[in-house]
Formats: sequence, structure tokens, C-alpha cells
Amino acid sequence: MGQLAHRDRPAGFPDFSAKYPDLMRSYLDFEKPVAELEAKVEELRALAATDNAVSVTEEIGKIEGKAAQALKELYSGLTPWQKTQVARHPQRPHCLDYINNMITDFVPLAGDRKFGDDAAIVAGFGRFRGESICILGHEKGSDTESRLKHNFGMARPEGYRKAVRLMEMADRFGIPVLSLVDTAGAYPGIGAEERGQAEAIARSTDVCLGLTVPNVAVILGEGGSGGAIALATANKVLMLEHAIYSVISPEGAASILWRDSTKAQEAATNMKITAQDMVRFGVIDTIVPEPTGGAHRDPREAIASTADAIAAAFAELRGLDRDAVRKARRDKFLAMGRIPARSAG
Amino acid sequence: MNWINNVVRPKIRSILRRDTPENLWIKCPETGQLVFYKDVEQNQFVIPSSGYHMRISAPKRLSSMFDNGEYEDIALPEVQVDPLKFRDERRYADRIKDARTKTGYQDAVKLGIGRLEGQMVTIGVQDFDFMGGSLGMAAGEAIIAGLETAVKRETPFIMFAASGGARMQEGILSLMQLPRTTVGVQMLREAKKPYIVVLTNPTTGGVTASYAMLGDVHIAEPGALIGFAGPRVIEQTIREKLPAGFQRAEYLAEHGMVDMVVHRHQLRSTLGDLCRLLTKAPAYVPGKQLPAA
Repeated sequence: MGQLAHRDRPAGFPDFSAKYPDLMRSYLDFEKPVAELEAKVEELRALAATDNAVSVTEEIGKIEGKAAQALKELYSGLTPWQKTQVARHPQRPHCLDYINNMITDFVPLAGDRKFGDDAAIVAGFGRFRGESICILGHEKGSDTESRLKHNFGMARPEGYRKAVRLMEMADRFGIPVLSLVDTAGAYPGIGAEERGQAEAIARSTDVCLGLTVPNVAVILGEGGSGGAIALATANKVLMLEHAIYSVISPEGAASILWRDSTKAQEAATNMKITAQDMVRFGVIDTIVPEPTGGAHRDPREAIASTADAIAAAFAELRGLDRDAVRKARRDKFLAMGRIPARSAG
Repeated sequence: MNWINNVVRPKIRSILRRDTPENLWIKCPETGQLVFYKDVEQNQFVIPSSGYHMRISAPKRLSSMFDNGEYEDIALPEVQVDPLKFRDERRYADRIKDARTKTGYQDAVKLGIGRLEGQMVTIGVQDFDFMGGSLGMAAGEAIIAGLETAVKRETPFIMFAASGGARMQEGILSLMQLPRTTVGVQMLREAKKPYIVVLTNPTTGGVTASYAMLGDVHIAEPGALIGFAGPRVIEQTIREKLPAGFQRAEYLAEHGMVDMVVHRHQLRSTLGDLCRLLTKAPAYVPGKQLPAA
């Protein structure tokens, strides 16, 4: 079920099974019951292929049904720690997968014009449903080589300064901005500190808040702290169903607050990092539903529903003049977490 | 055994401590030299022999900045306490209560408005003693209130930053203080009033990634640790020893992140000069007050 290869693919849609050869699915530890059932299905299929005399079609159907049911049940009640694992799943669609499938005429731009280029942040202009858009996103990479190239999605100051450069350009040309957020956090390194990591993040947030064009941010997987907010300060913030958004990673919180790095599960729960929590705190606007079993089970579907949600978010902002767009964004952040009496005044 | 370690020993220690009041002598963190507390206090909490800048409490900092130590308190906005109902080894609600009892403050930021060398200024001070000066709803709202006051009263805003970073116990709402305080900075910017940040020891994490790095002018106190990622995190990531002086005030000045490193003794006059220059106010005449807005 859900194998991409069996479906009709719209023109231009990349082949995810090529990206992940034979789609060797990597299972998460808690997916073991599903993994066992699916392995059984494969086994029976192989058996049926070698021996025509045995009819196992019915049996396969039954087990497939069971596997699907198990997956559905599992994913309807994921714990925050399980969501953390899903959000970090190596086969989860990343920024470039979204760009390749939602954006046409994409022209990537590079460099901060100050020091260098940072591939951890992909940025450029393209068309979203026919119209010009500025895209900024953290790219984690999908294999060893690309992960190293993109520094696992952990940006350095140059990445944020490139984002600033593009946002200012977009603002000047009246082009809306889309941020695709997926980072464990900004890169903690000597060079990054030396070149003003903090200032670069602060400035990027500052520029997001000053935009007079609408901006929409989507937390695709991990929304990790300052490195995420630098791009996620948006008119509308969307979040995938199993994505996480937090001020510090569960592991970081465990080692600082519990002084015990094995307490990450507990930290994930107590820190309230799920999309469902974010809606409750008023930090995000919309949850984008994921296919059963998570976005990595059916990237195409995940990307399609994300694109719909993005279009809907931009549609809501249509008609606002430039000052109103900026004011709405500021007011929204100022009201966040405030007790109602004060936000009214 | 634990019981002996956790309860009995501290008790014995606290009894012993009574004989030698803690605040009579203090040890210079740099040289280890013992110094008479009164001498340090009279020297604006700078160790006279080594020049080491000790931390200074928010009320003491405020009165040290304003003329004759006089200023008007700015009320701090009320906020949700413990929005996550968070607990780690202890309940966050209890930690807050303890911090309030220990310090006598409501939270990590205190605000005042008054005259500095005759000119009206609004000042915010982050106190590291209150849960590491961490930035949560309360501190964020206080900083915004400070910036709003400066806009309303048409004064410059001076922020003394000192913080370990975001208040993790408030989860995502602490992260939201980064954009929220940035909105405050933008309001001051639009009112065309100067915003001066004084980075004190230590200023790290999310605080540096927002209002603390968005000043018109950045001043650092000598030796202050200033950086986004903590030194330990960096060491663990890159598996290398960090260079000497890394993330210290002087290092930041060398790398263009702060305008100057200023000794505490010169801080007040430096701030006074800057505020007057940037607001095009007349030169300082001791004892003369500039009209308030």
C-alpha cells in the first residue's frame, strides 16, 4: 500500500523511489509491529512469485489490512517523543522536495554578499501556482554527501544573511515570501560565532517582522529554536501534523534541566513541542495533515496537502495593503501568550 | 547516605557560615584573591586589583546609572505564570517562587526611568540572579514595556543584558520572546529614539539572537561572555578546544560585533555622551537638567 511506483505520477513529479532506491523503508523503533506485518507481506509475495500453486492473495490482503490498521492506530496516538523521531525521519520529504514539487521556474540565488554562501539555507525565486514567490528554507540533505553539503540543515550566519538579502529584495518587488523551516538549530561553531551568528538571526527575525509583503512559514519537520524563528516569524505559520517546534531540542533540555541526557523523552513531553500544542498556545495557525504513517510514507500526498495549505494561507492575506500586512504580523506576535486583558488594550 | 549528604551537611555548613558572613570577603573569580566586600561595592563591583567586573544586581545597576540614584520605577506587566505547567526535577512554579523569595524581584527584568547626566532616559536591566536572567513571558513583556515607555516619554532606551538565554521552562513561548521583543525594538526605531545595549557577563543564547544584538550601539563590559551558542555546546559539536578569549567582550569588539568595551567606571559618562549626541541634545553641563518631553 502506498508505494509510489504503483501510482500515476503527474508530469514533472520526481520519483521518490529513485531518491531512495527500492524505497528501503527505514522503520522507527516504535513501528516494529507494522514492520513485522509488512515483512510478512513481502515474504508471501516472494513465495507467490516462485510457486504458482500456492494462492496467497487472500492472505496477503488480510495482512496488508492488518498492517494498515496497525499503522493508522499507531499514528493517531503518537507521543511527543515519537513525533520527534518522525519529524527527523531520514526519508521525510525535505525543503528541496517541496521546492521541486510545488514551485516551477525555481531560480536559486546564492551568497550573502558579505562573506560567503551557506547551503544549509536554500533560497531563491520561483512560481507558486503561477505567481512569483520568494522561497527560503532549511535543507537537511537526503544522503551522506548532500547532508554534508547542506550541513544537516544547520545554518551559519551567511545563510541568515542570504535570507535577509532575498527578503529585502522580495519586499522591494512586492513578492510574497514562503519559508520552509526544518532545522535542529543554527550551527554552533567557532566561525559561526566569530561572524555573528546571534546578530544574523536577530536581524533575520527583524527583517521578517518588517516585511510589507505577506509571508507564510511552514514547519516541515524540526523547528529548532532561534535557527527556526529567524525564518518563521510570519503572518501565517503552518506546521505539519507530526512536526515539532521548540526552544531547545528534547536532548538539550534533558541535559540542561534534568542534567541527564537520557531524559529526552520526558523533556519532549513536558516541553510541549507538538503541532497540537502549538495551536493551543496560539503560536501556529494551521496544522497540515500528514498521510497515515507520516509524510515519509507518501511524500507526494504530504507535499500536495502542504501546497494547498500554503495557498489557503496566502489567500487569507490577499487584499491587505502593505502597512496592514506588517501591522497584522506584529500585532499577532505581540498578542502571543498575553493574558487577554492586556492584548485587548 | 544521601540523606546525610543532602540534609545534614548543608545544615552544618550553614551553621558554620554564620560565623564568617558570606558577604564580608569575596574571592576574585579571576585571580582567586580575597577582597573586602565593602571595597568592591564602593568600586561599582569591580575588583580593585584585577579589574574583574562582578555581576551587579538590577536595583544597584539602576541606581548607579541615574543622577543621585533617583529614578521612577516602571510597573511590569502581568503575565501568565507557568503556561506549560512545566516540571523537570522540580515544578517550574516552585522554582519561580524560590527565585522570587531569593531575589525579591517579580522576574528577571527591572525597569526605571529618570535622568542620566541631566537627560531623561529609560533603562531596562536583566538580573542574572533571577533564574539566570532567562527570557520568558515576564522578561519579554517587561522589555517591551520598557521600549514602549521610551517611545511614549520620548527618551532613549538603554538595555543592560545579562542572561543564559531563553527560559526553557516556558517552552515555545520563551522562543516567541525573540520576535516579540524585536517588535518592541522596531517601535523605538520608528520613534527615532536611540537604543543602546550594554552586554554584561554573561549574555548568551536566544537573548543575543534578538534585542541584545539589535541596538543602535553595542557596548560590552570588560571580560563579559557574549555569544549565541554556549562554549560547552560548541566544544561538543566541533570536538576541539576553543581559542583563548573566545566569546569574550574584547573578542567581539575585534570581530565587529560591539562598538566598544567600556570599563564600568566610564560607562555612565559614555552612555550620557551617546544619548546626548544621538538626540542632538546640548553638551553636558554638570547639574543642569535637560527638559523632559
